[in-house]
Amino acid sequence: MQDGIEHGSPSGLKMGTTIIAVEFDGGVVVGSDSRVSAGASVVNRVMNKLSPLHDKIYCALSGSAADAQTIAEIVNYQLDVHSIEVDEDPLVCSAATLVKNISYKYKEELSAHLIVAGWDRRAGGQVYATLNGLLTRQPFAVGGSGSFYIYGFVDAEYRSDMTRQECQEFVVNSLSLAMSRDGSSGGVAYVVTIDSEGVEEKCILGNQLPTFYDPDI
Amino acid sequence: MALSCVLEPALSGFNFENSTRNIVLENGSEEGKIKAPKPMKTGTTIAGVVYKDGVVLGADTRATSDEVVADKMCAKIHYIAPNIYCCGAGTAADTEKTTEILSSNLTIFSMNSGRNPRVVMAVNILQDMLFRYRGMIGAHLILGGVDCTGSHLYTVGPYGSMDKVPYLAMGSGNLPAMGILEDRFKANMDLEEAKSLVSDAIHAGIMSDLGSGNNIDLCVITKEGVDYIRPHKESPFNYKRQAKYKYKPGTTPVLTKTVTQVELELLDETVQMMETAGSS
Repeated sequence: MQDGIEHGSPSGLKMGTTIIAVEFDGGVVVGSDSRVSAGASVVNRVMNKLSPLHDKIYCALSGSAADAQTIAEIVNYQLDVHSIEVDEDPLVCSAATLVKNISYKYKEELSAHLIVAGWDRRAGGQVYATLNGLLTRQPFAVGGSGSFYIYGFVDAEYRSDMTRQECQEFVVNSLSLAMSRDGSSGGVAYVVTIDSEGVEEKCILGNQLPTFYDPDI
Repeated sequence: MALSCVLEPALSGFNFENSTRNIVLENGSEEGKIKAPKPMKTGTTIAGVVYKDGVVLGADTRATSDEVVADKMCAKIHYIAPNIYCCGAGTAADTEKTTEILSSNLTIFSMNSGRNPRVVMAVNILQDMLFRYRGMIGAHLILGGVDCTGSHLYTVGPYGSMDKVPYLAMGSGNLPAMGILEDRFKANMDLEEAKSLVSDAIHAGIMSDLGSGNNIDLCVITKEGVDYIRPHKESPFNYKRQAKYKYKPGTTPVLTKTVTQVELELLDETVQMMETAGSS
């Protein structure tokens, strides 16, 4: 992921990525591509970048593969301990705060951006961006190197009253557009929908993604 | 609990206190310049495949030191546990030592808990250790094994990233090997198909990469046990020595012989009593 800011020394495998999360009334939809690159070579073309932090809280990984995976694992552990201590399911903003704490404290050493999204009883579906150690709740968030190609699209197409189905289509369309323009994003699209009933995980294969204008056809 | 450090708490990585001293040594005066020794790398092709009954791991056997082949019969498939083996690419010393540390930690865990270790535990220990060292340990590892939850194949990178995949190739020869694997991999293959696929993938790496060569080792891991086939295929270019290079004692004539007595002086004598609790 290149966001124009130098994060110390880049570490190893990069998940030049597209990640996106959208909130709807009653839940969230999170999506990612599946490409992990090492320089010009694709090391893993089917990596699932949507990592569960708790039953109904997921995070989307981008940036350095090692850093992002480690942050997700540490926060997963901390959330488990926290939920045992308070004897109930953790809030999404607790998870986001834990991610933000690590991202901010180790800002110079780490090079990863995680979008935290989930559902809890108090505030329903929520999406939090934690880039560089900030914490902000947004109706939708995009991240990764592929996100730059779709900022215009998401700004134009997002509406605040989308249904669950429309959100899923929005996420899949955004991912498809980003994957077709960004060299570091590609493979398959993973989409996770979280609401009060539970979690639905879907994988959309490359040839089943929606197609748009392509000058080669 | 299986940890990457059993006996003492983990330190935060390498100690760089000597780096200023090393820079001074390397940039010394013309005759005083001391070059640090180069680490031996295993330019390598390693591959792994999950098949119907378990996992097949494969590796070439060449270890290079710059342009010279340092070891023609290097063993790159390391033992971790009775049901887990690990192929290593990168710096030879790092992969060797990392897998040894992992193996001894998992053995202690097995003895403590009375259980066979799971592959995912080995992966977690490796990830923790390699992340802590921030990529300074040059170990690119493929872990394969069969445990009570099934057959698993993982890769761990030197910075601590982890991937779980059904087939995989690593090392400098990974691109040609990956081509073969992408073309012919099928889910739930049988043993002969899987062995020939891994063997062909390593062969492609050997043919197309300078850093890989010599023989092909295979390791088949199933619920029943492990079949370590070393070598599975020998290189047709193995050189057989034409003559013996040992010299008989007496080959070199002795011209003169001088004996010098060394005077030793007894300076100090101490006696320490040993506590021997005698019991019979």
